[in-house]
Amino acid sequence: MENKDVLHYFEYQSLFKVLLVLLFFTGITVGVSYLDLGALNVWVALVIASIKGSFVLLFFMHMKYEGRVLVISFLGTIFFLGIMISFTFWDVAFR
Amino acid sequence: MSSQQDASGKKLGMWLFLYTEIILFGGLFVLYAVYFAQYTSDFAEGGKVLDRLYGVVNTVILLFSSFAVAASITAIQKKEKKIALAGLAMAFFCGLIFLIIKYFEWGHKIELGIFPNSEKLVDGPPGQNIFFGLYYIITGLHGIHIVIGMTLLFVSFVFVFKEKVTHNRFTLLENSGLYWHLVDLIWIFIFPLFYLVI
Repeated sequence: MENKDVLHYFEYQSLFKVLLVLLFFTGITVGVSYLDLGALNVWVALVIASIKGSFVLLFFMHMKYEGRVLVISFLGTIFFLGIMISFTFWDVAFR
Repeated sequence: MSSQQDASGKKLGMWLFLYTEIILFGGLFVLYAVYFAQYTSDFAEGGKVLDRLYGVVNTVILLFSSFAVAASITAIQKKEKKIALAGLAMAFFCGLIFLIIKYFEWGHKIELGIFPNSEKLVDGPPGQNIFFGLYYIITGLHGIHIVIGMTLLFVSFVFVFKEKVTHNRFTLLENSGLYWHLVDLIWIFIFPLFYLVI
């Protein structure tokens, strides 16, 4: 049985471009932290971190070219995290 | 490539383990989130004690190291052994610098009397006590993971050098890379939450 994903790899150039994107978003997140957006600051920071994380995940960790099992199990983990975080907030908020 | 190697199975096994790591740190981030909501201004005050420059440098270092590891995986598939070794060595070196910076950061705080159960924290605002408690636990646990990752990179380096890891058989390298990327991923979230809190 042939591993279909083994035949794909990213060229150095592509990986480097991803690095540049990551550095760019790092700059953005630092820059935005100097603006006082009140309660929004944390959310902006988290959104940017998630974007950066997605690039690391999709490209460096090769998820973009992985099969269903990995994609679905990964999304399942994130979904679990979502429940863990939101339900905890839901609990704490009403104490 | 022989199917007896089960590269897919090994990779899946690694990912399943990574999911447990995600949930581990996720739980700590839940703690952060709840206490941040409760002690927002104390967290902001705590964040000011942290050195942003160190934080940015460490972030850049880890991003670059992830690039280096990803490049080494490309290299092994292209049979470019030297580049694969260089990538692994670079990532290992980056991890070392990260830990050295972390040593200076912690040392500086300890000098200021900021460490778990210190008088300054116990007698001070509870929100700051919690902020720094979380800081030490989360960055400390992350630091342990950096050491583990560096160990994996080192092992991978040796195996590539001895050609036990080749273009036909590189799941060990891939899995070590995945672990390292995860460590980078976690830091990507730690950085804004601790260093960029307003």
